[in-house]
Amino acid sequence: MRKALLGACAFAALASAAQAETIAITHAHILTAASPGEIADGTLVIRDGKIATLGTGAAAPAGARVIDAKGATLAPGFFATNSSLGSVEVNSLGNDLSVDNPEIGAAFDIQYTLNPESILLPVARLGGLTSAIVMPKPGRGRRGAEDDDETSSFTAGAGSESNSHALFAGQAAVVHLGKGDNIVTRAKVGMVVPFGQAGAGVAGGARGAEFVALKAALQDVRDYMKNKAAYDRAGFRQLPLSKADLEALIPVVQGKMPVIADVHRASDIRAVLKLAHDEGFKVILDGAEEGWLVAADIAKAGVPVLLNPTNDRPESYETLAATMDNAARLQAAGVTVALESEGGDYRARETRYDAGNAVSHGMPYAAALAAVTINPAKIFGVSERTGSLEPGKDADLVLWTGDPFEPLSQPVAIFIQGVQQTMTSRQLELRDRYKDLARPLPPGYTHP
Amino acid sequence: MRLWTWAVALVAALTVAGCATTAPVAKGGEKSAEVAPAKPRPLPPGLDPMVRADAFPSTYKPLPSHPTAIVGAQVFTGAGQLIENGVVLLKDGKIEAVGPGLAVPAGYDVVQGKGKWVTPGLIDAHSHLGVYASPSVWANSDGNELTNPVTAEVWAEHSVWPQDPGFNTARIGGVTSLLVLPGSGNLIGGRGVVLRNIPARTVQDMKFPEAPYVLKMACGENPKRVYGSKNRAPSTRMGNVAGYRAAWINAADYQRKWDEYRAKVAKGEKADPPKRDLGLDTLSGVLRGEILVENHCYRADEMAQMIDISKEFGYHIAAFHHAVEAYKIADLLAENGICVATWANWWGEKMEMLDGIEANAAMVNAAKGGCAIIKSDDPDLIQRLNQEAAEALAAGRAAGYQISEAEAIKWITSNPAKAIGIAKQTGSLEPGKRADIVIWDHDPFSIYARTERVYLDGAISYDRFDPRYQPRSDFELGQTAEGAR
Repeated sequence: MRKALLGACAFAALASAAQAETIAITHAHILTAASPGEIADGTLVIRDGKIATLGTGAAAPAGARVIDAKGATLAPGFFATNSSLGSVEVNSLGNDLSVDNPEIGAAFDIQYTLNPESILLPVARLGGLTSAIVMPKPGRGRRGAEDDDETSSFTAGAGSESNSHALFAGQAAVVHLGKGDNIVTRAKVGMVVPFGQAGAGVAGGARGAEFVALKAALQDVRDYMKNKAAYDRAGFRQLPLSKADLEALIPVVQGKMPVIADVHRASDIRAVLKLAHDEGFKVILDGAEEGWLVAADIAKAGVPVLLNPTNDRPESYETLAATMDNAARLQAAGVTVALESEGGDYRARETRYDAGNAVSHGMPYAAALAAVTINPAKIFGVSERTGSLEPGKDADLVLWTGDPFEPLSQPVAIFIQGVQQTMTSRQLELRDRYKDLARPLPPGYTHP
Repeated sequence: MRLWTWAVALVAALTVAGCATTAPVAKGGEKSAEVAPAKPRPLPPGLDPMVRADAFPSTYKPLPSHPTAIVGAQVFTGAGQLIENGVVLLKDGKIEAVGPGLAVPAGYDVVQGKGKWVTPGLIDAHSHLGVYASPSVWANSDGNELTNPVTAEVWAEHSVWPQDPGFNTARIGGVTSLLVLPGSGNLIGGRGVVLRNIPARTVQDMKFPEAPYVLKMACGENPKRVYGSKNRAPSTRMGNVAGYRAAWINAADYQRKWDEYRAKVAKGEKADPPKRDLGLDTLSGVLRGEILVENHCYRADEMAQMIDISKEFGYHIAAFHHAVEAYKIADLLAENGICVATWANWWGEKMEMLDGIEANAAMVNAAKGGCAIIKSDDPDLIQRLNQEAAEALAAGRAAGYQISEAEAIKWITSNPAKAIGIAKQTGSLEPGKRADIVIWDHDPFSIYARTERVYLDGAISYDRFDPRYQPRSDFELGQTAEGAR
């Protein structure tokens, strides 16, 4: 029976032996991020890596491994939206997030970058994250050189602004954060494009230039699609984009692959919405600190927004109206919101605190939960598989000692595609090595 | 020994200053020198570092206040206690009394604290507000004088822009005092300044009265990267250490010259004063124990070397900052009485941050005599120091340490006060201290906690529900959606 099911599973090839395990988590306070939103004393059964059933007081099936949650909170695993996980190790040594190559912009595909062995992944996982949207970092071109002075050396970071001049920064991917060789859940989920000041920078210095350049590029893609044969025998006019980039942009002009627009200022958001409408491409707004000022326009266009709810300073001239209420106001206006954390890599585990901060600034709890689970799953086309606790979905879930948005709550058990993850990280090994400084031998002798 | 040197210097300074009042320099080249040939003339203004040691004195004045009683809240004192159903009495800008069920004297404003939490005003031991103001554009980037690896002569306060909107957002986060530091691009970056977090026209209006000055030093990657990339020293960690030691040698030599000069003056002997040097003034102030050393240093092995350098030249390091590897030498740091100002959640960005762990503060705290501080170094994190402390607390508990919230609140109140030299004035709710107080709507260790009111010196400086106490900086006036924040 189990084997038959496993064979039917499209992703069985990736399954480990542990995935076949049947597990019942009983007496859990379940937050589903679906309907019904909450189950006070529920049982969730994992079979073959999927959620088999969940409901009130259901008995554990015979032969299942039973985990008595004793009232602990079971929630979907969270998404690190706008993440670099798997694409960066020690950022000051470089990363795989941006390209400054005239032949490869739109064609840059983050899926080939990903390193499942990154030490960042277990740290993020222990923050309750089970998925990430890994996105190329848009360049700032000329404007990067203007803004990026020595500030990187005053604080912790070593500076990670990309000075790429690419109009199209490349294609994002959805990954899962479980142990495994292949962590890609879905590749080619969006095309990152910088707008506003950064867009002006990559286009040569002014915002107006970028819109002209983008329209021309998209027209070139349409012309190329209609004249591929002529193009291939060099019987077509010269196109500035490489063939690889033209090919990569076909799904964008077809309205199949959304543009992930890195944009902040209200007027720039309006301009992006209009461009998307005129050119017929789908768009996701990323950043959108001044989004609340144009919330009605965004809602009317049916465009989702990725934002960091704690961006509340006039950090730049593009975010003068930034406020902690942005997430709540956009959500209230009917916009689908997904939350992203600062950097989305080392500090990705702050995602759950970001959700809590959105709640304390007016976002309903269920909406904030959705904004770190089912909303990013929907926005990036993986909601059939993950993002909520519903029968048939991947068992990507985390058991918490309490409210997962609270720092004083800790994860107790983490499942990704039904596989229980180890609760270890390099950080925890370091911690345990140095906890007892009175050991007779130096710390180097203490290891797992 | 250090105190003795200092006392001699002070006596000499007073003598010189006394001369200035009793024997004014005569005009027009009269023969006054012949009248008292043994008495040297006082130095012209600005040439004697001891005459006006504080050349930019604080003009801070508390906001208007009224005697106030906060009644019925859960009160974290910052001195290790949690008082249930506490009463906090504020009068004349000071804390008058704190305890359970105190009677409220007549004429006091009564603030109902039932269901709320009270803490001391938060203190950020590491900020760059004002010197790296928002918006973070080139024109506002004034925190790193990257023209020389030793710039002890620069003072952060001369870069502070009081209109940085970040001061207001930090106050909303409960921060009432903060140390603004120069950046970490230099071995010795200059003086930092302790500020009261009130809206002000000048930085002098914000300067914390009687707070000591601090000196910013930096280990590791930043100085060697900045100067190595300019093909000059230091380009290595050993170059860094040679740079610190050379600077301290210069400072000790400078101090010796002034000591000799003052000794001669005190004896009425003829003496040629050393030429004043702003950088060496600051460094010799450290050697005299008047200026606190705040040392940016990530790695455990480098911190141990900095401790040895401090012993070689006879100064004390008040705190290591960032110090993400402090947990590896928590015993050594505690033995040397050095605080650790760190984060819970910042790590990995560069090699010297690779071994950062969430439990760092808790492990520092666990060492006997350990002094843990959670600080921001960041205009966003400064708004949520309580949340970072909660993460650090949770990580400590997960590591098996028994830590109460009443203990952990010290990481953002009394411990930073100690590390930046203002513990006698603020950092805990004890009678006689400045009435710097935050009222929270939830337990401050909850993610849902927001400040409702922030008092500085007993005066309301922020009120979440009263627009009269929601200041805006000049920069925010007339901008997009002004006031919507």
